[in-house]
Amino acid sequence: MSTPLSGPGSATQAPGREPAGSRPPRSRPSRTRDDAPISLTGLAGKVLLLGLTAGVAVWAAFPLIAAGMWPGLALLAACTAGLFYLYLTRRHIPAKYLVPGTLFLIAFQVFPVLYTASTAFTNFGDGHRGSKDDAIVAIGSSSVTQVPGSAEYALSIATKGDPATGALVFLVTDPGTGAVSVGDTDGLRRLDPADVTVATGGRVTAADGYTVLTVGQASSRSKEITDLVVPTPGGAVRSSGLSRAYEGKAVRAYDAGCDCVRDAETGQTWTADAEAGAFVAADGERLAQGWKVNVGLTNFTRVLTDENISGPFLSSLIWNFAFAIGSTGGTFLLGMLIALVLHSPRMRGTNFYRVLLVLPYAMPSFAMLLAWRDMFNADFGLINSLFGVNVDWFGQAWTARFAVILVQLWLGYPYMFLVATGALQAIPRELTEATSVDGASPWQSFRAVTLPLLLVALSPLLISSFAFNFNNFNAIYLTTEGAPFPADNPANGATDLLITYTYRLAFGGQGAQFGFAAAISLFIFAIVAVVSAVSFRRTRQQEEVYA
Amino acid sequence: MRIRTAGVVALFALALAASGCGGDSDEPAAKDTPKAAGGKLVIWADDKRTAALKPFAEKFGQENGVTVEVQAVSKDLQTNFVTASQQGSGPDVVVGAHDWIGNLVQNGAIDPVQLAAEQKSAFNATAIKAVTFNGQLYGVPYAQENLALIRNTELAPEAPKTIEDLVAAGKTLKASKKATETLCLQVGQNGDAYHIYPLYTSAGGYLFGTGANGDYDPKDLGVGKPESIEAFKKIGALGEKGAGVLKRSIADTNSIATFTGKKCAYLVSGPWAVADVKKANIKYDISAIPGFAGGKEAQPFVGVQAFYVAAKGKNKALAQEFVANYTTTPELAVALYNAEPRPPALTAALDQVKGTDPDLAKFQEAGRNGQVLPAIPAMAAIWDPFGKAEAAVIGGADPTSTITAAGKTISGQIK
Repeated sequence: MSTPLSGPGSATQAPGREPAGSRPPRSRPSRTRDDAPISLTGLAGKVLLLGLTAGVAVWAAFPLIAAGMWPGLALLAACTAGLFYLYLTRRHIPAKYLVPGTLFLIAFQVFPVLYTASTAFTNFGDGHRGSKDDAIVAIGSSSVTQVPGSAEYALSIATKGDPATGALVFLVTDPGTGAVSVGDTDGLRRLDPADVTVATGGRVTAADGYTVLTVGQASSRSKEITDLVVPTPGGAVRSSGLSRAYEGKAVRAYDAGCDCVRDAETGQTWTADAEAGAFVAADGERLAQGWKVNVGLTNFTRVLTDENISGPFLSSLIWNFAFAIGSTGGTFLLGMLIALVLHSPRMRGTNFYRVLLVLPYAMPSFAMLLAWRDMFNADFGLINSLFGVNVDWFGQAWTARFAVILVQLWLGYPYMFLVATGALQAIPRELTEATSVDGASPWQSFRAVTLPLLLVALSPLLISSFAFNFNNFNAIYLTTEGAPFPADNPANGATDLLITYTYRLAFGGQGAQFGFAAAISLFIFAIVAVVSAVSFRRTRQQEEVYA
Repeated sequence: MRIRTAGVVALFALALAASGCGGDSDEPAAKDTPKAAGGKLVIWADDKRTAALKPFAEKFGQENGVTVEVQAVSKDLQTNFVTASQQGSGPDVVVGAHDWIGNLVQNGAIDPVQLAAEQKSAFNATAIKAVTFNGQLYGVPYAQENLALIRNTELAPEAPKTIEDLVAAGKTLKASKKATETLCLQVGQNGDAYHIYPLYTSAGGYLFGTGANGDYDPKDLGVGKPESIEAFKKIGALGEKGAGVLKRSIADTNSIATFTGKKCAYLVSGPWAVADVKKANIKYDISAIPGFAGGKEAQPFVGVQAFYVAAKGKNKALAQEFVANYTTTPELAVALYNAEPRPPALTAALDQVKGTDPDLAKFQEAGRNGQVLPAIPAMAAIWDPFGKAEAAVIGGADPTSTITAAGKTISGQIK
């Protein structure tokens, strides 16, 4: 690529870098660059796309500013400025093509992988989502109880002065005595009954020296109202909504001195455990509200050491390979055979057959998987009643495995048929004709000429199909859900793939365990990556032989 | 010239961007306007309830000079709510089942609701018990539901008193070719803990013991105990290798349809099945699920739908006002009943709709001895292993080893 320093048309311009049609006469380089035709649609497209970019950037900027995420904002500004620069200059032609794809690659591939990897080292999951401060707040606010025997007050929210900015007070009426008091952070003070107007039901509608707020006015200061507690000897008067107040007490509070939560009534303490991300009592009891902490390699070691996981892992892995190879290989064989049959010049009505054959591909696989599941029902299913058999398809390991592969075959062969048809048409007929002239049988000519050439074209597709089927969650989850399960192990079924098995482990227990799930995903990622890398390497060798 | 073209493009693009963010720049302004007039309340509910809530939410907004938005979250409402409130983009109020409470509390997503004594007493006691967790009231209930036995009165005129009666009646129907199945109780390939629970309790099993305060105690797990094994022996005797009453081929997808297709005389289901049964023009009656002869009562789970105040909502005071002082009115409960016929939790509202819908009282009667569905987070560990053990036993597996293994799996998952 020419260096940016060399101006347009300078002698260092590498020949052949520019499209042949727009190559300028060397004498007037700078003018001709501008003379390169600017079509109206091109210009409009440019304006539109850059405008959209700027629009998206502005839209994304507001939340970033609101959250005070300045590094994020700087990144956004830099990206947007970079994009504008790139598409407003006439330089950096290759970058114009590469940058959008690269940005999307980073956003949708690299970032999720890194995020998953970083999650795998934490205990992120239900009960451990937020920070320690969040947990402390949640523990405090969920322990607020009404002081036994205390009054329920009718409440009006009022201010001294301006409704929007004045200091907030509670005007509370004791329903028993009808006495009205004003409450702020200093406590409750009785008001002279002559100074207040009380509506039926007990709520104060007007008071001398105070402005009673409407619901609308009050709700715009919601946070202050929720935070306002009026201390009383027994606890504190707190609001319950905007029209009622009660005397409540937060029974549990955090004590920074012992880094623990103390229950004021029982005196029990729960000490913060920074490794578990929870408050734990001396007897091992945990408070439900925990926080997210770094747990190092715990999630990874759990996969390897937990018997429930490592025990059935190997058998699941073998079945997982069998399923992926069976699905991919089966669909490939069936698709290719049909493609070969329809490729024969003696075949009539090929277009009609092609349309029929592609139909399963045109239907949504979700719906088809559910329909197949019902067809395999032992008592009411179509398959048993059609063939007059009484097979408990999903109740026995081997029939269930056979059934899911059969469903995959039906769902997947049209794709293989389509790509094989395309690849076959790219193979010159002269080659096969030449083999028959040389006296080769059709099988020999297929084996020696057609199949290798097909495989060169289709190997990458087979590898990606394998990787997809290796993690084909829907194929299992929408049909057998992993069934049948051995009677003594409800965690791992005969048709469970690693992905459905680990989904159950990570989300089936006590809420979601995202950290653990991420660790398992990394293991599966490693397996699929190794298999794909090896396959691609072999494909390349094959291409070198046949290309 | 070159600079000019680039400049023109940039200018146009910026103009477009400005027009594009015109919509955005409105937004802060829009946020300001209602702020002057009042606050904004955001409610999340599922599709059906969103439709029913909208008119009432609007009325609440108009009466109080605030903006109320009801947003439908049609899938995974609980998960979405927890995730969104963690990020600070959640709603102020959420509507959902009471067994979410344990998980919502451990994630710090909801706050307790303080109801006055007379407000509490307006509700059915079971409903209030269901939304009480760790001694705190976490939601305001509006509807409750439980399983019952729905029977086709043309095939089975009498309500069976025991399971044995039901099996005998079913056998006669099958022998005379009036029905092909005895009982439509959904099991499925991987079991269904919710639907088998009444039989499990009748045979003597339990899931969690209750502590001194009446709350479920996750440390006292009943699955795997001798009682549960005995219970599953009785359930297994009804299974595929036994009486053939319980079958894995009857699942959530075909249970109601098999009943409406008149292939079975008895259906174990909830209020949600009634609409389909009515549509099929079947003469039906509803009664309590019978227990085993000489066994305990069959106790269905009682589930409650409730309003919750989000702990991280932007307008908590208004949310509390709405939940504690507005959803406790019978009008709203009746409207929600009309959107989906489940018995209202407010006694006054139930009395109001009882007259026009006799099924409600029957469902309520069937759930009178029901057990509140446990809301403790440990319950999440029950569903899957328990269901699979059930399916295995119904398929003919040995109850002792199966249930012992299930108990071990469950206790391993409870922290």
